This record gives sequence, structure tokens and C-alpha cells, in this order.
Amino acid sequence: MADASPTADDYVPPAEVEDVELYHPKSWITKWVFSQDAKIIAIQYSSTALAIGLVALVLSWLMRLQLGFPEAFDFIDAEQYYQIITLHGMIMVIYLLTALFLGGFGNYLIPLMVGARDMVFPYVNMLSFWIYLLAVVVLVVSFFVPGGPTGAGWTLYPPQAILSGTPGSGSGIILMLASLILFIIGFTMGGLNYVVTVLQARTRGMTLMRMPLTIWGIFVATILALLAFPALFVGAVMMMFDRILGTSFFMPAILEFGEQLQYGGGSPILFQHLFWFFGHPEVYIVALPAFGIVSDLLSIHARKNIFGYRMMVWAIVIIGGLSFVVWAHHMYVSGMNPYFGFFFATTTLIIAVPTAIKVYNWVLTLWQGNIQLTLPMLFAIAFIVTFVNGGITGLFLGNVIVDVPLSDTMFVVAHFHMVMGVAPILVIFGAIYHWYPLITGRMLNSAMGHFHFWITFIGSYAIYFPMHYLGFMGVPRRYFELGETEIYSQSAADLNAFITIAALVVGFAQLVFLFNMIWSVWYGRKSEPNPWRATSLEWQTPVMPPEHGNFGDELPVVYRWAYDFSVPGAADDFIPQNVPPSAVAVSDDPETAPA
Amino acid sequence: MNKWLAFVLFVVAVGSVVFHFVSPWWFTPLASNWGHIDTTIVITFWITGVAFVAVILFMAYCVLKFRHKADRRAAYEPENKKLEIWLTVVTTVGVIGMLAPGLIVWNQYVHVPDGADEIEVMGQQWTWSYRLPGADGVLGKTDVRNITSDNPFGIAMNDPNGVDDVLIEGDDLHLPIDRPVKVLLRSIDVLHDFYVPHFRAKMDLVPGLVSYFWMTPTRTGSFEILCAELCGTGHHIMRGTVVVDAADDYDAWLQEQETFADYLAAAEAAKTSTARLALDNEEAEPKAAQ
Amino acid sequence: MTVFKTLTEKSWQTPGSRDKPLTGVAALPAATIALRFFFATVTVLFMLLIIAYGARMAYEDWIPGPEPKLLWLNTAFLIGSSLAMQWAWSATRRGDVDSVRQGLLAGGALAYAFLAGQVLAWRQIGSMEAFAITNPAIAFFYLITALHALHLLGGLVAWGRVMWIGRGQMDLSAIRRGIELCTAYWHFLLIVWLVLFGLLFSGNGNLEFILVLCGLR
Repeated sequence: MADASPTADDYVPPAEVEDVELYHPKSWITKWVFSQDAKIIAIQYSSTALAIGLVALVLSWLMRLQLGFPEAFDFIDAEQYYQIITLHGMIMVIYLLTALFLGGFGNYLIPLMVGARDMVFPYVNMLSFWIYLLAVVVLVVSFFVPGGPTGAGWTLYPPQAILSGTPGSGSGIILMLASLILFIIGFTMGGLNYVVTVLQARTRGMTLMRMPLTIWGIFVATILALLAFPALFVGAVMMMFDRILGTSFFMPAILEFGEQLQYGGGSPILFQHLFWFFGHPEVYIVALPAFGIVSDLLSIHARKNIFGYRMMVWAIVIIGGLSFVVWAHHMYVSGMNPYFGFFFATTTLIIAVPTAIKVYNWVLTLWQGNIQLTLPMLFAIAFIVTFVNGGITGLFLGNVIVDVPLSDTMFVVAHFHMVMGVAPILVIFGAIYHWYPLITGRMLNSAMGHFHFWITFIGSYAIYFPMHYLGFMGVPRRYFELGETEIYSQSAADLNAFITIAALVVGFAQLVFLFNMIWSVWYGRKSEPNPWRATSLEWQTPVMPPEHGNFGDELPVVYRWAYDFSVPGAADDFIPQNVPPSAVAVSDDPETAPA
Repeated sequence: MNKWLAFVLFVVAVGSVVFHFVSPWWFTPLASNWGHIDTTIVITFWITGVAFVAVILFMAYCVLKFRHKADRRAAYEPENKKLEIWLTVVTTVGVIGMLAPGLIVWNQYVHVPDGADEIEVMGQQWTWSYRLPGADGVLGKTDVRNITSDNPFGIAMNDPNGVDDVLIEGDDLHLPIDRPVKVLLRSIDVLHDFYVPHFRAKMDLVPGLVSYFWMTPTRTGSFEILCAELCGTGHHIMRGTVVVDAADDYDAWLQEQETFADYLAAAEAAKTSTARLALDNEEAEPKAAQ
Repeated sequence: MTVFKTLTEKSWQTPGSRDKPLTGVAALPAATIALRFFFATVTVLFMLLIIAYGARMAYEDWIPGPEPKLLWLNTAFLIGSSLAMQWAWSATRRGDVDSVRQGLLAGGALAYAFLAGQVLAWRQIGSMEAFAITNPAIAFFYLITALHALHLLGGLVAWGRVMWIGRGQMDLSAIRRGIELCTAYWHFLLIVWLVLFGLLFSGNGNLEFILVLCGLR
């Protein structure tokens, strides 16, 4: 039972962790460019991620044009098509989603939400961003080298990734691997920062179970990343050796267009194991922060505590743990020992239980809430729709025998776009609408926001929901064109054209959003402090947007969890985390009085 | 706004179900014994479909019913153990309902029945080739290192089982109806995937090892093979055809196919004729010189 | 158990500052926690390499790699280096500046000796008749030793920083944390090397024994 009475313990013992000595920028360059302030680094990370993400968005248009209207566009040939899909996938998963959630939101929100002045290692944090930027630059350079970027698919499966039958098997693949290695090094630096900051730099009173779920999601996702990225690192280094030095880690004795190669004895499946040992946790590296953020958005905008907070935390931890024992469900038809199928199907479907619980708790948070349909709330609800849809198609693909006819078809493409493309991106949008006033002091334009929301939500559902049915028909993924075939009907071709048009419309709506983000910096409506009447610490800073050091002279002290909304007996429908029990205004309204 | 959103959510939930039932886009007609796979998919559809519709409609109801009013307070309920346990149990039951049949069918998928015919599918960028065991019923050993233009399958010369192997290059694969067949898969360059939508079954071809799956064709006709694992620029043109024949037609077709022995004989003949040509030239040269 | 207790806290029931002393990992200095997480990351890295090595070994066509005797000497260097660092760290706690300086110098020098020995071992193998880069055992040897050496080089950068800050009078309070972390890192890399050397590079017999135990060979 919540206690809003003034008799509770207000005593604050002295701080145990010494206050961080802040670095002081000496010039414009060290303040805005080589900054060590997590908030600036967050904005640098986010802008870089969005910029390269825009490239991936344009690539997706080209890809859809080819799929929707094959033979209509001479400027896309098969080689380019495979390069386009490869880079679209790689950029979206690694350079946009991972970087934005952890480097962007992680950097901005962790110190503010746990009540710290900054990350614990600001200098390493800065290095992390610059190495990430270098990784992006190397990736972009690969567009312009002879032979172009790699077209091996974002999974980069050997042997084809490094053989001449694949576009970009010259310098393209080498630069791709180099860029990934850089990304991992940069990320590890940032990741250590996020984990240690959460563990050690929380302000007084901020117990782990008082942290907002946003922080829980980012925290566990970062741990996953620290343990999963080494697998990609090893795989990338080994493939680099195979490509440059002629070792045979992944290369058995093979021919290249009739020509015997020197390779021998390697195992292509070994790479797949390494890739997916990273790749599956990667899904949750993107999903867990989204889970956390959406929990907070739902709670704040429904004016109700998140339902089953403890269960939500446990589910995040359990999902994170289980994500390391499900990787081979990406490999049911890879030719690995088929008996693995029993184990991995079971573990995979077990994950459905904690995930389903999260969904139930989100919708139960709406139940008997006081729902404000703000833009963040709209995006959060849209997230639940697409996530549930993408989640249940995951039950098809995770169940080994059901996966057999569906794997490598458009069903897979539809599934993972729905669950780890559209769903997390809707959360990102919701989060940007939610925290934009904190970052800039202004609100995003609401009319443009609604336009953006409705097109994005309905449009992406219209893109991906019907796409599953192409997969049922047997249309394989990664096909430049299907050509003459009996499995494909005219109506299916029309459906493909429709999907392309929907994709172009949705893509256009994103440009409106980008415009809104830039325009509102100067012309947005000025926001009052704490415009959403939220409880978590980032809204309780002395000035908004928060300055360097976040909390002015004195760090806040936390007295309660982050979800004290509509507490019976309190005058307001929210109590910020740093309000001591004695300072809570008590309501004399009989309706809200404690029972 | 609340009404409109609730309406959209309602349309999404109900519309998805309607779409599912009226959509003309569905599995190709089955042509193998793997009807069980379709059954597990239908079970999965029912269980997940109910969950999907229930969650979305519940949410639509909440949006409509609990819209913001300044004078109202949300309920205060941090958790409800009974409800959460109950939901966990229901979910677990649903998951078991999907997993159990799935694993049973997978068990059938990995166990090849005794007496299944063995055939081999060999993939290379970007064509399919096939090898049948021939009269002795045993496929000869192969190695990528043996591959030459005369021995495109890389069959080991010292393996007597290989001589009568039937080799099919650049032509359709024929299979007899109603006989279980174990399809051995191997690649000589990159990953490929042997996928015939009508059979439901598929499996990757991995260089360096031999993978397999099995099935029984149950319907005569010709079916398209698609490569389902990205294998380079020509991935989308890597097609083939499987023709399922009645037993008589199959035997007639089989008679016409070349064996490895025929290949070797042809290579020998070519060598002899090349040698003779060379000899002729040698004889001719001095004349030319004169 | 404390983890369990922490995670079952009903945090909505107990408003108040309830400022408990930090316990467990959170009570350590930030850099120590970070280093431990880094150990976890690096452990996964080398563990995956060992698993990959073992998986490859289970194939029939495995040819064991050469085992240069030199590696025993290198191992001795690395053990010596770790001991010297430990000596420096103990001296730091005693406040014995001279011993600290000697220990650090000896630790760094022996680490460089180890690296030089590794480079020599690469050259020895490279000039052998049986050398073939497509032999997985040899390729793995180069890959794994190179990654280990890079990690040690990274440690030597930190060591160099400690030496730089401690040049001249050597103010122990300024480099205390650095020495402690370097020592921990040295021990960690020694353990990694001993596992790698024991399982992979001192005769494949040891890893093979494990594979047999697991029924993989």
C-alpha cells in the first residue's frame, strides 16, 4: 500500500559515492565537438545514426522499386540490388538501431534518470563516439571503392561473401568487416560506461528496483551487447584472415566458377554459429531498450503506474539470459545437426512466455488508466500492435518444423521488419516526441506529428502484414526478380506493387518528421518544465534543458519508485521520485482519498 | 481522437483476420507427404490469432473507455499476482499447444524411413545437377578436388559404386511417385538451398558437407526448384524443375539417362580423337614445311 | 541471495530515502567494475575461439599444428611478468617506492620479452617446411596468439601511462589505482594465456581429452 503520509522516513544519510569531478570544457571545440558531456555525445550519436539511417531509408526505396516494378528501372541491376539490400540491413540493425538506442538514448537518459552528473568515464565515452563515427565513415567509403560495397546479404555468410560471384567481394567486404570491428571496439567503450554508471553512479535512494524501466532495458541490453559482440568480432576477424591471408576458417575445398581454390577444411556453418550467437542477442539489444522506453511512455501518458513492475524487470532479465541459448533457430535449415532443432525450438518458444507477460502488462497498464492520447502514447500503442503481430509470427519461425517451409521466404522479411524494424522504430519516434522538449526546450509540431504518426503506423502495417502472405506462397527473399514462375500470380505482383507504393509513402512521412525535428528547434512551441507531468528524475532538473552536470549544485535524493501516478490520497496525479514523503501534498477530495 | 484510434485498432484486428480468410495468397497446393507441416501452421494460426485479436481488441476497448478526463483518477494497482500467474499459465499452455505438435513432426522430418531411395542434388553458381545411384543403388564417393571437365561431379575414380551413377546436368530431375526419397545435398562453391514450395521441405547445401532431408512425392506433375539461400549475383536465376512421374514413366525416363561410365567413355573417345587429330597434324606439318 | 532480495523489492510500498550502503559489486571503484565487465567480454571472445578450435578439431582431416618449444620460455616470461606486477602492487600497499619502481619495470620488461618471444615463434612456424596457411591449426595459432598479444599491448599502453605519471619522484597516490588495475589485467591475461597454451598450443591432447569427454571425438 502506498504511503503518502508525512510520517515516513525523510532522513538522508550522507552520500557514499563521491561526487564526480566534472571536466570543464575550455573552448567551443571541447564543448560542442570533442565534448565529454554525455548529453552532447548522445546528440552526436543520434544525429550520426539518423544520417546514416537516412541512407538506409533511401536504399529501401530503391529496393522496393525493383521488387514492386521489376524490369521498369534500368538503373538497378542484380549486383546493385544485392548491394542495396545488404547495406540497408546492416545499417538499420547495427549503425542505426543499436547506435541510437544505446549510444543515443543510453547516453542521454542513463545519467539523468539515475541521478548522476555524467557517465563515469566521460573521456572514454567521447572516444566511443569518435570510433563509431570512424566506423560509419569506413562503411560509407566502401560505397565508392572499385567493385562497390559488399552484396553478401547483411549476414555476410561465407564462402560467398568473399568469392567473386558476389558483388563487392574485393575491397567492399574488407571495409565492411573493418567497419564492424571498429564499431564493436567503439561500442565496448561506451557499453562499459553505461553498465558501470547504472551500477555505481546512482544517486542516493535510487535502488535498482526504483529505476525506470527505460534504464533497466538499456542496462540489460548493454550487458547483452558486451557479451554478444565478441562473437561478431571473432567472426569478422576470422573472415578477414580468410579473405586476406588465405586461411581456411570458414572455407572448405571449393571451386570458384570451375576453378579449384587453395582453401580447404573450413566450415561455413561455424561462421553462422558465431554470427547468430551475436545476432540473436542483437535482436534483444534493440528490443529491450524499446520495451523499457515503451513501458515508461505508457505509464506516464496513461497517468497510471506500470502494471507489474517487478514482473517487467524479471522479464527483461530472463529474456536477456534466454537470448543466449536460442541462436540456432536462425539455422534450422542450415545443414547443421538436425537434432539441435529440438533444443532450440524449445528454448525459443519459452522466450514467448516472458515476452507475452510484458505485452499483457502493457495493456493492463492502460486498463483503468486515464489515457492521454498524446503523440508518445499513440506511438506506444502502435508499437504494441506491431510488436504483438511480429511476435506471434516469431512463434511460427521459432517452431522448427513450421520454419522449414517459411525460412528464407518473404515471411521472414515481414516478420523481422515488423518485430525489430517497425516496432522499435515506433518506440524511437514515441521517445523522440516524449523527450524532445527535455532536449531542446520546445515541443515538436503536433500537426506534423499526427500526420507522421498515422501514415507511419497504418502504412507500415499495410506494408508488412500482406508481405507474410507472399512468404506463404513461397516467394523467396533476396530475389532480384522472380521472373516467370508458376508460384507467383498476377495478383501477387499487384500486391508487391502496392507494398512498394505504401513504402514510398511511409518513407515520405519520415522526411516530414525530420523536417519537424529541425524546424521545431527554432519554431516549436516553448515547453514548460516537465510538460508531461512525469515522475522520473530527468524532468526534475533545475533548468530545462538540463545543463552540464545535470542537477545544479546538489544531486537529487530519491524517495520512491518512478511510477507514483494517481496515488490515492495525493493531491496531484503524480509524485516525482525526489519528493520526500513529508512534502507530498495531501488531497482533501474524498474521491482520491485512501480507502 | 480516442474513438478514431479505437476504430483503427478494431479495423486492424478484425481486418487482419478478414484478410487472412479472403486473401488469394496462400500455400501452393501440396505435392508431398508433409501435410503435417501445414497442420502445425494452422494450429499456430489459431492459437496466435486468438491472442492477437484479444490483445488488440482489449486495447481498443481501453482507449475508448479510459480516455483522459481532468476530474478522474487512474486506478492504483502496482501488481496483481493472481492475474499475472493466471496469464502465465494460459500462455504456457498455448505455447505447449504449438510446440508439442511441432516437435513431433520435426521428429518425423529428421528420421528418414528405411528403404528410402537416395538421390543427390549438387548445387553450383547458378545451376542444379543431380545424381542417382544407378543399378547398384549406391552413390559413389565424391570429392570436390576430383572435379574436372570430364568428371563434373568429382566422383572418386577408385570407387566401383560410382561407375553406374546416373548423372543429370542441365536437365530436369525426375522422381517416382509415392516412393520416399532421401535427398542428399552438396555444394561445390557457396551456400545454396534446395526449395520446392509444393513439397514444403527445404534444406541448405553447404560446401564441405552433405546435408539431407526426405519426403515422398504424392502428386505427379512438374514443380519448380528455387534457390532459397543467397548465393551471389545469379541467386534469383538459379532454378530447376522436378518432375514427379508415375512408375512406368519414371523407368522409361531413367533408361535414357547417361551414367558416369558413359561420361568416362565419352571422355576417352574425345581424348583418342584429340590424339588422332594431333597425330594428323603432326603428319601434316612436315608436308606444310616442305 | 542479495541479488534475489534486491530484485524482489516491492519498491512502491516504501517511500523514504532508504539509503542502504552499497554492497556487492557496486561498492567497488568504478574502474574496477568496468575492468571486470571487460574481463567478461574478453573471456567470451577467447572462449568462442577455443570452442571454434575444438569444433574444427573434431573433423577427421585435422592436422595438429607445430608446437614450438619457445612457447614454454614465453610462458615463463609471462608468469614472471605477472609476479613482478604483483610484487609492485604489494609494494604499493606498503608504500615502498623503490620496490614499486623495480616491480613495474620488471613486469613491463618481461611482458615485452613475452611479446618478442611470440613474434619469434611466429617466424619459426612461418619458416617451417610443414607451414601451410590453410592448415587450420596454424591459422588458429596465428589468430589467437595475435589477439592475445594485442590485448597485452593494450595493457602495456596503460602500463606506460602509469610509468609516465610516476616518473621522477613517483607519487604513489597518483598511480595506486593504475597499478592495481594493471596487476589485475596482467593476471587475467596470464590465466587466459595458460588456458590457451594448456589446451591448444602445448599439444592438442588436452583439448582432445575434453572433446572425448564430451563425446565429440
